Amino acid sequence: MNPNVSRDRLGWPALAVIVAVFGLAPLFVSDFFLSVILTKALWLGVAAASLIFLAAYGGMVSLAQVGLYGVAGMAYANLVLADGGSPAAWDPWLAVIGALVITTAVGLGFGLIAARSEGIYFLMITLAFSVLVFYFFSQVTQLSGFGGVNNLDLPGLVGDTVSNPAPRYLITLAVAVAVFVGLRGLSRTAFGLGLQGVRDEPARMRALGFDVIRHRTIAFGVAALIAGVAGILSVWYNRRISPGSINLAQTIDILIIAVIGGLYRLEGAWIGALAYALIDNYSREWVPQVGNILGPARFNTIIGLIFLIIVLVSPGGLVGIWENVRDRLRGRRRGGGTPTTTTTAGPEGGPAPGTVN
Amino acid sequence: MPETVDSSSGGDVQPSGEAGDGQATGGADRAREPARAGTRWSLKRVAPAVLVAAVLLFLVIKAADDLRQFSIVTLNGLTLAALYFVVASGFTLIFGLMRVVNMAHGSLYLLGGYFALKMQETWFQEDTGLNLSLSGTSDAEYGLFGWLVPLLLATLIIGFLGVAMQQVFLRWNQGQDLRQALITIALSVILADQMLAAYGGISKDIAAPTAWPTSITLPGDVRFGFFRGVIVLGAALLIGLVLWLVIKRTRFGKIVRAGVDDRDMVSALGINVNLVFAGAFFIGAMLAGFGGVLGGTMISLAPGQDTAFLLNSLIVVIIGGMGSLGGAAIGALALGLVDSYADVYLIFGDTDLTNYSILVTFALLVGVLAVRPLGLFGRPA
Repeated sequence: MNPNVSRDRLGWPALAVIVAVFGLAPLFVSDFFLSVILTKALWLGVAAASLIFLAAYGGMVSLAQVGLYGVAGMAYANLVLADGGSPAAWDPWLAVIGALVITTAVGLGFGLIAARSEGIYFLMITLAFSVLVFYFFSQVTQLSGFGGVNNLDLPGLVGDTVSNPAPRYLITLAVAVAVFVGLRGLSRTAFGLGLQGVRDEPARMRALGFDVIRHRTIAFGVAALIAGVAGILSVWYNRRISPGSINLAQTIDILIIAVIGGLYRLEGAWIGALAYALIDNYSREWVPQVGNILGPARFNTIIGLIFLIIVLVSPGGLVGIWENVRDRLRGRRRGGGTPTTTTTAGPEGGPAPGTVN
Repeated sequence: MPETVDSSSGGDVQPSGEAGDGQATGGADRAREPARAGTRWSLKRVAPAVLVAAVLLFLVIKAADDLRQFSIVTLNGLTLAALYFVVASGFTLIFGLMRVVNMAHGSLYLLGGYFALKMQETWFQEDTGLNLSLSGTSDAEYGLFGWLVPLLLATLIIGFLGVAMQQVFLRWNQGQDLRQALITIALSVILADQMLAAYGGISKDIAAPTAWPTSITLPGDVRFGFFRGVIVLGAALLIGLVLWLVIKRTRFGKIVRAGVDDRDMVSALGINVNLVFAGAFFIGAMLAGFGGVLGGTMISLAPGQDTAFLLNSLIVVIIGGMGSLGGAAIGALALGLVDSYADVYLIFGDTDLTNYSILVTFALLVGVLAVRPLGLFGRPA
């Protein structure tokens, strides 16, 4: 499947306004909203961004991202002072570096194997990787403790998150912005352009002398690093990690976030994550109880239905819906009649007619 | 080898331009492969052979050590493999013909088991008194029909459910493999949650007929569960045989085989492909439901089993090669035996590594993919 990556870019002024609004959020919203909605959405967005980066620029829909962020989270949890896990007690910042190095190495290993397959095979192999990581940590209780690893030591910069969650929120925001800008910048470099060439025309790229598998593997390594960052942020958010938090359900949640937001644009990651966090929290209040089938306890049914509807109606996700609506409005303003040639998020997975970013 | 296989992705071969479809060009490359394989990749041929020989030697030593334990572990592996095969053969059939990765296959498996359990409980349970069991298994007695009727009905219902799923959600977007996978993932999320709501989180099992013996004694004083050793193994062999006959000997099988090779040509020849697709989905889903009833009697039914069997099916077909029945059999055997040996034999002196047995499964997967990226029997689509 060659995703049609949108040609539009979020302009710098728009990005600056959004970051400013989010940066000032601690002044306006409650601590609860700041932690449970915004902070969570930001780190979920980073995880989804690693998936979208691979899908949009590499044409690889990877389900291994949760497995990889689990590796990072578990590595961090075992390296710092915590209840359960290994007895190591590193400085938290050193542990962050260690965890990211481990995750990137594991990701490059996964990538080396998975990069040789593509399309739906890639999806299945990476899904198998992710579930195997989950089973690994379930089995090896030396690393995952019996009830997970709890009370992780956080860097001093984060401070006490209960009395003042703002520092953690601002750090998460800064990291998310850095990830967004970094990945977007990477897509413009020679490597990023080569990756998009590999996505669209692997045979031609090979004929031009590009090492297709190496390109894919390195892209997978980059995505693993980003997934690792998300893993660190997630354990800072939860202050604990257990095998149950990196299982298939979580794997699918990240996929759902990416698809709801839109698989073909990086911004979609955070839009999807925000939507997910809001639904997660507030659906319990307005969803009616219908027998045993629907109700506040049936969150997965609701999110599954939303996911299903999005996939059926608009594979471009919320971003795709927005772009379609906007293009249609623009077409009408120009006098209608003329078919819009700028439609970007094509609903079909058909051949991408050379949409290079 | 990797270069030749991967050069299969010129996306301009077929109008649909899907990554999977584009692999048609790989056929020509693979035809040239054996000529080169002898010279350039000899190490890649030798290394796996040496590894397999080493593993076999290790197992022979273990077998000589304690033959009785070895027989039981092997039987365990074989019966697991039988169950994996039943479930994965449905998965691979659907994929081979339609290029649909049915991520809800595990959900169909679990749903089949729960349906059979429900039928058994409501229709065949004879009250034997207080029914005070906590584990969900009752002490009720069941006749042969108390197991067979739920088995057949649940299997059929799951078959029809599979067809409904295909007709409603998958028929109109044929060829968009990623979108179809996402749709089935969404369905599996919903189904898993609904099953949790309807049947609860406690592990339950389906009762085998009371008249059946609990175990059989094999030569060498090896005692093994009757249901596991006879029924599951027998059912898997029977299903394998029937599937093989259907695919090799019947008109339907011919169409399926032709469809696996070239769907467009088959439909161009005037065959009602939609009907064949529905039939394949019916059989594939039935196999998942059937496996669910077998698994529910042999192991148990619990939330999470759907994931476990989806993963098992994935690994089996990734190892064996997508769309190949023989590959599913080999893959299931490899996975079942490796699982069961790794759970027991990973003890070296004082160091107990059985905790890490999942890594052996992982190594199996990686090892096969490193040598054959499309699986042992996989061919470029």
